[in-house]
Amino acid sequence: MEEKIIEAIGISKSFHDPLTVKVLTDVSFSVNKSEFVSIVGKSGCGKSTLLYILSTMDTSYEGMLLLDGISMKTKNDKELAQVRNEKIGFVFQFHYLLNEFNNLQNVMLPGLKFGKLTSKEVEHHAYEKLKILGIENEALKYPNQLSGGQKQRVAIARALINEPLIIMGDEPTGNLDKHNSDVVFNIFKELAEEYHQTLLIVTHDLDFAKKTNRIITMQDGKIIKTELS
Amino acid sequence: MKIKLIAQIAMALLMARFKQTIVAAFGVTFSITMFITLLSFMGGLNDLLDNLILNRTPHIRLYNEVSPSSIQPISKSEAYPDAYHFIAHVKPKNELPEIRNSEAIIKALREDNNIRGVAPKNTVPIFYHVGEISLTGILDGIDVDAENRLFTFKDYVVDGNSLDLKNTPNSIILGIGAAKKLLVQVGDNIQITTSNGTQFTLKVVGFFQSGMDELDKIQSYVTLATIQKILGKPASYITDIQIKLYDITKAPELTKKYNKLFETDAIDIQTANAQFETGSSVRTLISYAVGITLLIVAGFGIYNILNMMIYEKMDSIAILKATGFSGKDVNAIFITIALTIGLVGGIVGLIFGFGLSAIIGQIPFNTASLPTVKTYPINYNTKFYLIGAVFSLITTYMAGYFQSKKASKIDPVDIIRGK
Ligand SMILES: Nc1ncnc2c1ncn2[C@@H]1O[C@H](COP(=O)(O)OP(=O)(O)O)[C@@H](O)[C@H]1O
Ligand SMILES: [Mg+2]
Repeated sequence: MEEKIIEAIGISKSFHDPLTVKVLTDVSFSVNKSEFVSIVGKSGCGKSTLLYILSTMDTSYEGMLLLDGISMKTKNDKELAQVRNEKIGFVFQFHYLLNEFNNLQNVMLPGLKFGKLTSKEVEHHAYEKLKILGIENEALKYPNQLSGGQKQRVAIARALINEPLIIMGDEPTGNLDKHNSDVVFNIFKELAEEYHQTLLIVTHDLDFAKKTNRIITMQDGKIIKTELS
Repeated sequence: MKIKLIAQIAMALLMARFKQTIVAAFGVTFSITMFITLLSFMGGLNDLLDNLILNRTPHIRLYNEVSPSSIQPISKSEAYPDAYHFIAHVKPKNELPEIRNSEAIIKALREDNNIRGVAPKNTVPIFYHVGEISLTGILDGIDVDAENRLFTFKDYVVDGNSLDLKNTPNSIILGIGAAKKLLVQVGDNIQITTSNGTQFTLKVVGFFQSGMDELDKIQSYVTLATIQKILGKPASYITDIQIKLYDITKAPELTKKYNKLFETDAIDIQTANAQFETGSSVRTLISYAVGITLLIVAGFGIYNILNMMIYEKMDSIAILKATGFSGKDVNAIFITIALTIGLVGGIVGLIFGFGLSAIIGQIPFNTASLPTVKTYPINYNTKFYLIGAVFSLITTYMAGYFQSKKASKIDPVDIIRGK
């Protein structure tokens, strides 16, 4: 029996403005520890919507979400924030780095929020993550001094800082050119293989998806296919 | 740890909008500066006007009103016990309004812990004569040392020295208005007549100016011993006992007590000068209203800059929330920003306010009726500074409160989806 990091059980979601549109219908699946899973599907099929629910940022849905075996349904705003902080690392299409802070500080912020380690220790960890991503030399620069690919790598380092159970990505290579996409993909691959990091990445790049352990295909808010590669 | 992190993020956001922050803080500085200056100046002015009266007025005055006997013979008749009596033929006796047993009363008062000091006084109506001119006046016999200590008598002696009154026998300090009419100089002799015709010659050793023209035209001072000599009375003859308390608010209560205890008439300062308190409190109220209005305007400045910051920093707020900062944390960040602006602006405002009122306090202000005042009066009351500080924090907090609430409610999904 594999250890399930995240499990969705019959998740449905509708938007109500102004007409009711059902975006997700009875989505059930799970991701096991150390698995590298990708979600593919046409634009508008509900991938982002699903990921926002899985990441606990969106709480208005039907069905059950278990993270590390714990239901997220009964948790309040503050507790969910804590779950996101400690257990989930998120990488978006856009980097969302804070321009007021240097790259190292950007990586440190969620770690400082966690508050388990001293700021010296958090800084040390942040350097290590930047080293894994090959951008330790940019640590003291500011986000606006970096290229798009470098910024996305800082964002991945930020997602890793609290050693989360799972990294989620919503088209993390969507804004990048071929070369940088490959760099980012190889980083994910390295994280999965060398560090046994669990990953769940939404993408529309099929080449990318084919290199992951498992591909989940969505269409019109439903999972239509799951294939191991 | 967590507070430090929130402060750190707040400061970073502040620094990113440094110019606007300075402008918002300056709004607070300006209003606090004006608030402090206004209240200090008004306070000084109030003190000045009040002191004009209050310094010269005893907190409690014991005296004997000349009044008819309250027990008329008819009320002793048993024939009409409950009837209204029209006949009242026993008139006031021809005696001066002496306080009986004054020596014992003064002794008892001096031992009372509520009392800062006692100044006995005799007041007699007189006529001044120089050549053909004679003017009505009032002559007070005073204890010079007690008057100086309790009523700053010497501040009002504009020519000559108050102590000369004590040291020169048969001397008088003449009201400046009376002196002008009588055309006398310090060192001249004048003649006075009492109401029962006694004539007396007194040497002018100084002039007295209270600031109230009407008073200065009639009022003059001699020592207690001199007035007792003029009237041919013993040293125990006293018509007024003036009392200064440590705590002015106790005056009405103690007045009642002394009235019973010493069987004399007694009046407290609150009853005698009710109108002054009303004047000061209205002036104070106006100053506060203006000051607080200024602060509220400054509050809108802070409200604006926060509004702009939140609008600009939507992305940052979204990612903070996505990476585990709760709504409360975001709220705290923006409240910290608001309070920092308020605190820095407020502290600088307090310093500027002190500076500006100190400058105003140096501007010459001369008026004939207030001989002791040379510059504009300023009251450096720490209470104004405390209120200014508290109000600047309250208004900035209020300005920050709504905006911070708005920031804390931002849904990261909305922002991230929009990209
Ligand atoms: N706030 C919203 N209100 C109404 N409909 C929405 C809203 N957000 C997304 N949708 C709709 O939900 C569907 C799924 O969107 P999304 O999850 O972003 O798709 P994907 O990420 O697969 O491209 C789309 O049809 C979109 O128009
Ligand atoms: Mg999407």
